[in-house]
Amino acid sequence: MAGRDETPGTTGSRGSRLLGCVALASLGVLGVLAFVLTGPDVRIHPTTGEEFGQFDAVRMLYLHVPMAILMYASFLLCAVASVGVLVKRTPWWDVMAHSTAEVGTVLCGLVLVTGSIWGRPVWNTWWEWGDVRLMTTLVLFLLFAGYLALRGTTSDPRRQERQAAVVALVAVLDIPLVNRSVEWWENRTLHQRSTLEELKIEDLTLFTLMFGFLTFGLVVWWLTLQRFRVGWLERAAIDHAVGSAIAERRSETSAVELDAAIGVSDDPAGEESP
Amino acid sequence: MTHLGYLVAGWGISLVVLGGYALRLVRRGRSLSAEVPEDRRRWLESPGTDRD
Repeated sequence: MAGRDETPGTTGSRGSRLLGCVALASLGVLGVLAFVLTGPDVRIHPTTGEEFGQFDAVRMLYLHVPMAILMYASFLLCAVASVGVLVKRTPWWDVMAHSTAEVGTVLCGLVLVTGSIWGRPVWNTWWEWGDVRLMTTLVLFLLFAGYLALRGTTSDPRRQERQAAVVALVAVLDIPLVNRSVEWWENRTLHQRSTLEELKIEDLTLFTLMFGFLTFGLVVWWLTLQRFRVGWLERAAIDHAVGSAIAERRSETSAVELDAAIGVSDDPAGEESP
Repeated sequence: MTHLGYLVAGWGISLVVLGGYALRLVRRGRSLSAEVPEDRRRWLESPGTDRD
């Protein structure tokens, strides 16, 4: 088990360090696959004979699409953990919900940015306000940004956990809209339908995309693990600080009570009393 | 290679953001570890064993 051999002073364990190394190596291999071994997307128009396609901009999709899928996965995990918060009411579920929401929001921001950069050469626009998928993704980002902001507002942690869980469960309802928007509002989006579902890509392009899913799966796994440990430590640090303060206060109180019980003066050494 | 600037920007921003976030998590974890007794750094405890 990865958590049993941790080095004191860090959030790393042998397992998580191995996972991080594998994720980094996979990123390197993905870079080679995406930039060296795969070719650009160039097709020949059947009637005019002209070249068309995404050309080298397709290499952005080996990054953008896996991040989008892992973003869905993170937010769905957050929803599951939020149900756990409401039902079980244990800190494990809350830390998990917070961790997955934060990692998912980072991914969502990157999905929006990389999508915009990819859209400029392919669609000739950075952003299209009428595009349903873009707008629903932006709404998803804002909802989870609001979730993270909520985590820092209320002073009552139990209330904050429950409120955040409800917000997460409402926010996650946007995911089907994001994912299915290209089918449900086909004429209101620049996005194409899923190339994976319709198997429009094959061979090395498909392999590279699949390898991208694996790579970003490892990266997100490592990030979530680290974020979970940080969240757990934050709670432990607060509990420890509160526990120490209570113990200190109790020892002070009991010393005074003990002195009073045995009739010792407040001023045994003849010092001035207030 | 076509669209090289876009590719560098997209991949570069993503890797820098993810790398920066990872570094922030590791640093935050290290500073928190120093504040917590060693017996409470058991990351994979069973759910709910530590409340109240």
